[in-house]
Amino acid sequence: MNDEGRLWEVFTQSKQGAPHEHAGNVHAADAEMALQNARDVYSRRGEAVSIWVVPSDQIFATSPSDEGPFFDPSNNKAYRHPQFYSVPKGVRGI
Amino acid sequence: MNEEQKLADFEARIERGEIIEPKDWMPERYRRQLIRMMSQHAHSEYVGMLPEGNWITRAPSLRRKMVLLAKVQDEAGHGLYIYSATETLGIDRKELLDQLLNGTAKYSSIFNYPSLSWADMGTIGWFVDGAAIVNQTMLAKSSYGPYARAMIRICKEENFHKKQGYEIITTLANGTAEQKKMAQDAVNRWWWPSLMMFGPTDKESPNSAELMKWKVKIKSNDELRQRFVDLTVPQAKAVNLTLPDPDLKLNEETGHWEFGHINWQEFYNVIKGNGPMNKERLKARNEAFEKGKWVREAALAYAKKHNN
Repeated sequence: MNDEGRLWEVFTQSKQGAPHEHAGNVHAADAEMALQNARDVYSRRGEAVSIWVVPSDQIFATSPSDEGPFFDPSNNKAYRHPQFYSVPKGVRGI
Repeated sequence: MNEEQKLADFEARIERGEIIEPKDWMPERYRRQLIRMMSQHAHSEYVGMLPEGNWITRAPSLRRKMVLLAKVQDEAGHGLYIYSATETLGIDRKELLDQLLNGTAKYSSIFNYPSLSWADMGTIGWFVDGAAIVNQTMLAKSSYGPYARAMIRICKEENFHKKQGYEIITTLANGTAEQKKMAQDAVNRWWWPSLMMFGPTDKESPNSAELMKWKVKIKSNDELRQRFVDLTVPQAKAVNLTLPDPDLKLNEETGHWEFGHINWQEFYNVIKGNGPMNKERLKARNEAFEKGKWVREAALAYAKKHNN
């Protein structure tokens, strides 16, 4: 049997207000151990003020082959960007 | 799309400098070459803890001891980063570890040399980590995303390793006659094996051409070795230590330091498992794995109990 425990993905926040970013993964038997391992592996020099761990098999992701069709709907909607609109010359603050 | 078209697309992506991610299509050969190279790299970090671990209890001061502990802990961390990155290629950590423990996997030849004196702690940081930085700075631009990202993280941490080693050597080199002798002896023993760390010459390296074609590596073994020599020669001069190579001389035209013949017989001998410490290193890793077994079992039993 594989006695290395479950695989967990690790997300670290570098400072208050910053987003949590994917740092890597660790093996651990439970969440508490995963957090401790994540601290030892990914934050030995104060790189994190907060850590999330998530079981890897609980993350669902788009796959590269979907890339085109999946993201298509947003590619042809130029009207979602401010550059799409024209404003009379000389008008400011719009 | 047939395989040929997929390969052409893949190679066009590499050519454009795109980064390959785990779920992207890749040739089986690219995957296998990466698993081979990255797992050897991870094993090297993991086994690399041993020569320095040997001196933790005998560090000459509390400061040196804390530094050495932190460095060895970093090596464990670096091993983990690369094992994690290797697992993204679809191979299990357990399988990688089994290959190391049963002796079928390779790791850097340098770690099969013994660390005989305290000065070796200085020389390992200066030469071995110095050489690793040259190699890893290049690999930080590798075409495989998870590998490149692990390298960026490692490079950030590795500079302290080299500096603390050079500080040890500087202290010894400026110390008593006996301390200076100890430093010189360590330099003499580690210089040539450090040059061998970059692997066989370009002409003799079976994997280099393919790895460079796919931009897993950006520079060849010989280019990297030359860079290391050029960096290190002035550093040795600065602390009045001699590198054990009578043929070492500056080529005024190219600006590079030319060096003597590397004993490749010795290199291949160590790779084949006949280095001074090969058996000892594997024995130590196997013992650690066995001794840690009850901890892994206890952690799993605890987790199971609390999940039910």
